[in-house]
Amino acid sequence: MKFDTPAGQNPIDQLRVVGKPTHRIDGPLKVTGTAPYAYEHHDVAPNAAYGFIVGAAIAKGRITSMDLKYAKAAPGVLAIVTAADAGPLGKGKFNTAKLLGGPEVDHYHQAIAIVVAETFEQARHAASLITVQYARAEGRFDLAAAKDDAGPSEPSATVGDFDQAYAAAPVKLDATYTTPDHSHAMMEPYATVAAWEGDQLTVWTSNQMIDWGRTDLATTLGIPAEKVRMVSPYIGGGFGGKLFLRSEAVMAALGARAAKRPVKVAMPRPFSINNTTHRPATIQLIRLGATPDGKITAFAHESWSGDQPGGGPEVAVQQSRLLYAGANRLIRTRLAVLDLPEGNAMRAPGEAPGMMALEIAMDEMAEKLGMDPVEFRIVNDTQVDPENPSRKFSQRQLVECLRQGAERFGWNRRNAKPGSVRDGRWLVGMGMAAAFRNNMNFTSGARVRLGDDGMVTVETDMTDIGTGSYTIIAQTAAEMMGVDLDRVVVRLGDSNFPVSSGSGGQFGANSSTSGVYAACVKLREAVAQRLGFNASEATFADGQVRSGNRSVALADAAKAGEIVAEDRMEWGDLEKTYQQSTFGAHFVEAAVDMATGETRIRRMLAVAAAGRILNPISARSQMIGAMTMGVGGALMEELAVDKRFGFFVNHDLAGYEVPVHADIPHLEVVFLDETDPIVSPMKAKGIGELGLCGVGAAVANAIYNATGVRVRDYPITLDKYLDRLPQMA
Amino acid sequence: MRPFTYERATSARDAAAKVAGRPGARFIAGGTNLLDLMKLEIETPTHLIDVNGLGFDKIEDMQDGGVRVGALVSNTALASHPRIRRDYGLISRATVAGASGQLRNKATTAGNLLQRTRCSYFYDTNMPCNKRQPGSGCAALGGFSRQLGVIGISDACIATHPSDMAIALRALDASVETIKADGSTRTIPIADFHRLPGNTPHIENALERGELITAVTLPRPIGGTHIYHKVRDRASYAFALISIGAIIQKDGTGRVAVGGVAPKPWRVEAAEAEMPQGAKAVTAKLLAGARPTHHNEFKLTLVERTLGAVMAEAKG
Repeated sequence: MKFDTPAGQNPIDQLRVVGKPTHRIDGPLKVTGTAPYAYEHHDVAPNAAYGFIVGAAIAKGRITSMDLKYAKAAPGVLAIVTAADAGPLGKGKFNTAKLLGGPEVDHYHQAIAIVVAETFEQARHAASLITVQYARAEGRFDLAAAKDDAGPSEPSATVGDFDQAYAAAPVKLDATYTTPDHSHAMMEPYATVAAWEGDQLTVWTSNQMIDWGRTDLATTLGIPAEKVRMVSPYIGGGFGGKLFLRSEAVMAALGARAAKRPVKVAMPRPFSINNTTHRPATIQLIRLGATPDGKITAFAHESWSGDQPGGGPEVAVQQSRLLYAGANRLIRTRLAVLDLPEGNAMRAPGEAPGMMALEIAMDEMAEKLGMDPVEFRIVNDTQVDPENPSRKFSQRQLVECLRQGAERFGWNRRNAKPGSVRDGRWLVGMGMAAAFRNNMNFTSGARVRLGDDGMVTVETDMTDIGTGSYTIIAQTAAEMMGVDLDRVVVRLGDSNFPVSSGSGGQFGANSSTSGVYAACVKLREAVAQRLGFNASEATFADGQVRSGNRSVALADAAKAGEIVAEDRMEWGDLEKTYQQSTFGAHFVEAAVDMATGETRIRRMLAVAAAGRILNPISARSQMIGAMTMGVGGALMEELAVDKRFGFFVNHDLAGYEVPVHADIPHLEVVFLDETDPIVSPMKAKGIGELGLCGVGAAVANAIYNATGVRVRDYPITLDKYLDRLPQMA
Repeated sequence: MRPFTYERATSARDAAAKVAGRPGARFIAGGTNLLDLMKLEIETPTHLIDVNGLGFDKIEDMQDGGVRVGALVSNTALASHPRIRRDYGLISRATVAGASGQLRNKATTAGNLLQRTRCSYFYDTNMPCNKRQPGSGCAALGGFSRQLGVIGISDACIATHPSDMAIALRALDASVETIKADGSTRTIPIADFHRLPGNTPHIENALERGELITAVTLPRPIGGTHIYHKVRDRASYAFALISIGAIIQKDGTGRVAVGGVAPKPWRVEAAEAEMPQGAKAVTAKLLAGARPTHHNEFKLTLVERTLGAVMAEAKG
């Protein structure tokens, strides 16, 4: 099915199942510990051996020698694989740095060997007996130092004459913001069980994008994609870190081939942070010019980030192309070459760090103008793409989000004068930011089976990364086939199933349910045909198929044999004709201890407009999870770069802090009633990342309002402002 | 993790003798720190002597009005004990500020004193570290040192001691009771227990090889208001940037020990004489001679400000 005209009325609009608050159908498995995660597929390979990966001890250079003899002689060791004996390996389309290094080393903790042994402990110990000699090379590890050598990258855009408009603007802001490198820090480690049967490889793993992963694994190993099966039914968080094939899957496959045994590999936490990908640090220069009544006349956002040779930029300017009006615009992206570990997607790549900067800038500009920051944003709303005014947004309720958020939060009680509200030793402030994240649709397929017992089974390689995919897919199928939720079985995350969108970039929910919609339309046609009904007239509800005055139980349609339908949703030009984005507003009240500088968030509110909300429970979970991550980015998350040795120093969860429960107060989430027929038959958009975009700045702005101290370098830790806090009375 | 053998000790003297007589042997109690370090091969014992079950798990009143805390008393049991809460509140407050509920259930009183630094470079075996591998150098000097020490440090090591509980023990003038392989016992004042790094940062305390901690004793209660203020980047489950453990009397005199700044719980008795003059005066003496890095010089300001807040809080 191709979606190339806006959706009309369709069975989803009945909203008997879709749109209802629904607890996740896989919840009982998860809370009873019976949902198997990657390392827990004990049944599929009961004789599995254990692999332990050796990482490079240097960031850049060459391995001059590797002594394996003590490791080979260690108890239980079955095989050791290095680049020297792995055979020729390719590189996956989605990988920048090689997943097995040697003799060249591209980054710290790049995998250089795997040791396979009978037990995990034996493999780990033997790995420590490998001695490696290196010739270190000079590396580039400092973004600020590499900034001036950074080359042009995309996106870039100019509209009108920024320089002239900026020069002429009566009110101006010119400020530089920085965001640090971030780690995904998901709970479930990267893990894979690999098993060969002849030339057929199966990997049970933790991966957000089954088809990308399967294809890149085949490419890396130099075998046909159809010889690889990838299975990933449950994923304990990914946040973009598991969008791509990673070294543990490749090394498990190589280890299993060498040991002639299935092999299990899990990355230890202290290894995974430098071995895998991270969100790259940015330096962002924002210049705004406005008239005294607050109309932006000149808007420039320039961003610098770095990556491995051949890598890409962090697209921190993304939202700045679309969020606010302004006739004269300048958008620039610059990319430096660094020898730190590979930078890549992390939740809301682009907008997450971009909004952290832009939405502080908007707060600063509002203050310069003497305007309320909510009003300043409303004044500069645009209903069209500012770079291409003939192009409208499919839906854009930013202003409604801002107004409703301000109303609900009690924004009018904010004292605009910073540092003026005290509660004992606490300085209290309110801050806000807009929320913005683009919507994307990916081609997504599904197979739907109607069994003779009346059960509807959905099969797709779509993944559930903790987001609730199982549930919204079941809701979609139940709605389409007119059955209750308990009559639907959902099977996900297996490359034997039709290729889906996968999970990432907040494209999964809308894309994958649209694919299920397409398959269900086909199944309805097949059912109608089997029953001798006119497919266009048949209705599916209450377990019955009705046409005219005839009514037959859906189950009866499959009495003569299971009915199977498969289709995929493809997307026409509506993404080009219309700009499809999601909007929101974040409000934060924060308190800062005027003695110690410790910040405590007191309350948070997000109002979001993101199309139809398929399941208010899991959508809210996505929002509050993202808001929590936003607090982490605002207050504590930072991979510390050692610019001498070229690595992230704090590479474990003791050193890389993410929020704990005590950091997170009551979170309130409001969804505006919205359907977006231009986006998909589901009339839904992504929600998984919107909740993150803008939170950091809302926290920063609240801290400013509380203390009068502006910090432009994230995270906003007390050492950056302690000496600027007001003197204690 | 290196392969190791394991046995249970039958008595304290037996345990001490077994560790003293066997290179590579180590005691294990809660294991919350040692096992992690073994997995990373930062600690590589060849033999573990399990001292759990030796009976040092009681909190007892002493005749002089003090309290004896068995070496194996868990952090949870210590912090929640009625006598500790009533008379030594600083210990309860400091202890629950550390780690997590799960860890405190396993971690012991003696083990808490013996936990090793959380310096990131100590934890990465690819990096030089004089504490982990004497003579290899200190990667933290000139590296990422935000969490690390500002005083009592040396050119060989700028690590801090991570314990919260020990800050309280230092402020309370606790003592450490031990037994040696020959059966002799001794009492080490907490002030002398942890050593400054100098040129030997791998030697962290006064214990001899095989010497086993059997108890921590607390002198008669001294009253006062007990405040433990731990400042960190998140609200819980993080090591201190700095922490202040203070016992402040009604007349404004008192005691102050500081965590997160030094290789040991940091207390300067002479600085306490300045308490009536305020936090600035106390801090000036407390941290005189500090040698912070660019990353951690904020700790000097933070100690002064936090101490000021603590003193104000005590005043009520």
